[in-house]
Amino acid sequence: MPPLTLVFEQLLNGVQFGVMLFLMAAGLTLVFGIMNFVNLAHGSFYMIGAYLTLAAVQWSGNYIAGVVLGLAGTLLVGMLVEVVALRTLYARDHLDHVLATFGLILFFNELVAIIWGRTLLDFPRPEWLRGHVEIFAGSRYPFYRAVVILVGLAVGAGLWYVVTRTRLGMLIRAGASNRTMIAALGVNVRLLYTVVFGFGCALAGLAGLMAGPIYAVLPGMGEMILIQVFVVIVIGGLGSIRGAFVGALLVGIVDTLGRAFLRPLLATMISPTAADSAGPALASMLIYLLMALVLAVRPEGLFPSRGR
Amino acid sequence: MLRVEGLETAYGLSQVLFGVSFSIEAGQVVTLLGRNGMGKTTTVLSIMGVVPARRGTIEFDGKPIRGLPSYRVAQAGIGLVPEGRQIFPNLTVRENLVATAANRGGSSDPWTLERVFDLFPGLRERHRSFGNQLSGGEQQMLAIGRALMTNPRLLILDEATEGLAPLIQADIYRSIVRLKTEGLSILMIDKNLKALSVIADGHYVLEKGRVVWSGDSAALSGNDEVKHKYLGV
Repeated sequence: MPPLTLVFEQLLNGVQFGVMLFLMAAGLTLVFGIMNFVNLAHGSFYMIGAYLTLAAVQWSGNYIAGVVLGLAGTLLVGMLVEVVALRTLYARDHLDHVLATFGLILFFNELVAIIWGRTLLDFPRPEWLRGHVEIFAGSRYPFYRAVVILVGLAVGAGLWYVVTRTRLGMLIRAGASNRTMIAALGVNVRLLYTVVFGFGCALAGLAGLMAGPIYAVLPGMGEMILIQVFVVIVIGGLGSIRGAFVGALLVGIVDTLGRAFLRPLLATMISPTAADSAGPALASMLIYLLMALVLAVRPEGLFPSRGR
Repeated sequence: MLRVEGLETAYGLSQVLFGVSFSIEAGQVVTLLGRNGMGKTTTVLSIMGVVPARRGTIEFDGKPIRGLPSYRVAQAGIGLVPEGRQIFPNLTVRENLVATAANRGGSSDPWTLERVFDLFPGLRERHRSFGNQLSGGEQQMLAIGRALMTNPRLLILDEATEGLAPLIQADIYRSIVRLKTEGLSILMIDKNLKALSVIADGHYVLEKGRVVWSGDSAALSGNDEVKHKYLGV
């Protein structure tokens, strides 16, 4: 048995990974839910968020200013991409969405490589976010990761508020169920789409800039996480923010705990060599097994969105 | 208030409207009559900019609105109660009313939730229910309330009593009369000639995408040939 504090720490790591998946999944699932648009390039905004923030932090010398600029920049890039490239695609089928946004992935990865190079960049966490916090006696957890968890939960609560309690949220939900009708009642749907898409991109950018100091900042970083994000929104139910939240935490925790403990757990049951080879392989399969299980029981995901 | 002249609309290669012309004066209730498939709903969707009209003039308050996106037509002051009600199923009654509410015309006595609940008391008790939990009649009242909350100067009702029990229909007609006395202009598509001839000022009969007859309620009541030939009564 691993010590309890280690389990607890890995559990927190799982939550931390989960909230980052949630920030990504929220935008992706909203865009799919309201516009019925499949955006493979969502990971690009994760990458853009990280790079823009890194550049802005270096330029301004202030972390908070850098984060604000990075988020605003990602929002603008997102809205620009929506207006220039994606708007004309809504009426087409999903295959065209996939092809066009795959093209965007290549474009943005290449663009980032041209500007910042292909090598891994160091994204230092600011002085005041270093160190550890003591969560309970004898259990220290990196302060930065704790902040990531809190930011993710706060953004989740904010999103819940916007979607369920504000006019914008009502329009988002109404638009997801009947876009012709909200237009016929005086709502500029194209503008609504641009705004929603932009904010979805900014959320992905937030995930990316927070991931910077933990994982790697390099071209293509978004695609590494995007597969898991798709698993999240399929588990949660396409178009559902609540589903994205629950799905993201499930995937984050299962994936992290699996990677940490599956091999030692197997070693107690089968030979250590067999556990050494089966453990990591099984651990990386766990979230897909989870997805298969959820889909077998609830084919539309945990929280099928009511608007569709 | 609304003037439609020589309106032609097609879905792809199949043309539906072949020059529809009619007009509504401020404060009037006007109907579009005709059997199914004669172009009544297409006329409404063309006015709203949901379906692009190919030719013709649509003027609202003297300003051309043909070719505008539907949100601009709605913002100009036309409220749509569409065929099939098209309530947002995933929003509550209250949210359905509030989501698209606006007072762009700057009405001095704008519609509020209170006024809508006053007009349709049944909605008040159900204001927390989701759109898909309502009966057909409640959905219809909600669709009318939702359009009123945009404070339109012209209300378009497309089959607002279709498929409802006679008692509920009577409720809806009564509310329309009340809206008329408050001075709202209304364009109605409906099948109940008896009710319409009481409520409406003028009628236009559509046949195969053209207006083949028009006149006031007295003229319609006395014209058995029109009623038999074009309306199947």
